[in-house]
Amino acid sequence: MAEHLHVELVAADRTVWSGEAEMVIARTTEGDVGVLRGHAPLLSVLTDAVVEISTADDGVVVAAVDGGFLSVANDRVSVLSQRALLPEEIDVDQARVELEEARGLIGASDEAERRLRRAEARIRAVERAS
Amino acid sequence: MALSVREYRARIKSTESMKKITRAMELIAASRIIKAQQRAQSAAPYARELTRAVSAVATYSNVDHPLTREPENPQRVAMLIVTSDRGLAGAYSSSVLKEAERLAEKLRGEGKHIDTYLCGRKGEAYFRFRGRPVVRAWTGFSDQPSYEAALEVGTTLIDAFLDEEGEHAVDEVHVVYTRFRSMLLQEPTAVRLLPLEVVEGEERPASDEVLPLYEFEPSAEAVLDNLLPQYVQSRIFFAFLQAAASELAARQKAMKSATDNADELIKKYTRIANQARQAGITQEISEIVGGVNALADAQAGSE
Repeated sequence: MAEHLHVELVAADRTVWSGEAEMVIARTTEGDVGVLRGHAPLLSVLTDAVVEISTADDGVVVAAVDGGFLSVANDRVSVLSQRALLPEEIDVDQARVELEEARGLIGASDEAERRLRRAEARIRAVERAS
Repeated sequence: MALSVREYRARIKSTESMKKITRAMELIAASRIIKAQQRAQSAAPYARELTRAVSAVATYSNVDHPLTREPENPQRVAMLIVTSDRGLAGAYSSSVLKEAERLAEKLRGEGKHIDTYLCGRKGEAYFRFRGRPVVRAWTGFSDQPSYEAALEVGTTLIDAFLDEEGEHAVDEVHVVYTRFRSMLLQEPTAVRLLPLEVVEGEERPASDEVLPLYEFEPSAEAVLDNLLPQYVQSRIFFAFLQAAASELAARQKAMKSATDNADELIKKYTRIANQARQAGITQEISEIVGGVNALADAQAGSE
């Protein structure tokens, strides 16, 4: 059995992060889930939230994902998302503006709620990283 | 040889400037194609992981999803044709359109009605000129497709497929695009996108490495519900990326032969111009010699 988890965080058009990690924490539609070595095979739907990866060399990688999947098998973790952003790629001010805008629209549609969650996830990712 | 030397010189000049333009376009296409290939490569992991996930679900649960269900009697089909936005790419757009015509012919032969969806200005112009109906056309991203564009196209097609009653409801979705085989070979291909067939491209797991028994959260159906649309979109994105690389390769090839032709033309014109110049000189000399002889004859006669 491998010493660490092999994690791949992939967006639709690129690999955002890939490497060895101790633990992955992600938010699925059922709630937060933490994946350690030896986890049972799992395929789960993610919500728009922050994914946290504790890397093998004691670092932490945070990313904001727009929905997607978490798949775990044989100590391989893949986080698939149409869009995944690392904190340094996130424009916090823009996310704040977006958050305010979405707050104003809340209740109007599911789309507004989604935007709200996305914006929140982005801001949280930046805060977590700093 | 009717033209004067000056006129030939002007022609050579204009051919030279044309050659400069085609040469520049060739170089631009060559540099972009590398980028396009890189994009296709960086999109590969996502497609691979998605395919793995889909086949995992397909193996361990009964796949019965609207997107995989074969309609009993398909009447209407949607056809998405991926062409380029700009020309000067040789036969790129016309060969895709030809392939699309072939597919349309076949589908019509089966008694199906076709809804056409287009990508790229060239295809749009082709259909508009012939006055054929197009349900929707997207333009402006043919050589650098973004995932957002694929998302929009995919959503539209999936909605049309899932729609039962609406005006544009369809039972099948086909995509015609150009597959990038190599720098020299790009072939127009037609594939059926929906309903999804048994997952393709997944290598059989080796006998000792059986696909793990997944737990699905919240449930296999919910995972599938989320997975399949994204899978479809990723297939469309893949088609776009292939088409973009093919377009650039076709353009590079077309521009290379244009440059070569210009070279040849310049050589030919230079030769004709030199001949014309030589002829002019010869004529002048013979006129002078003739004049001198005539003068000499006249003087000899008077003495």
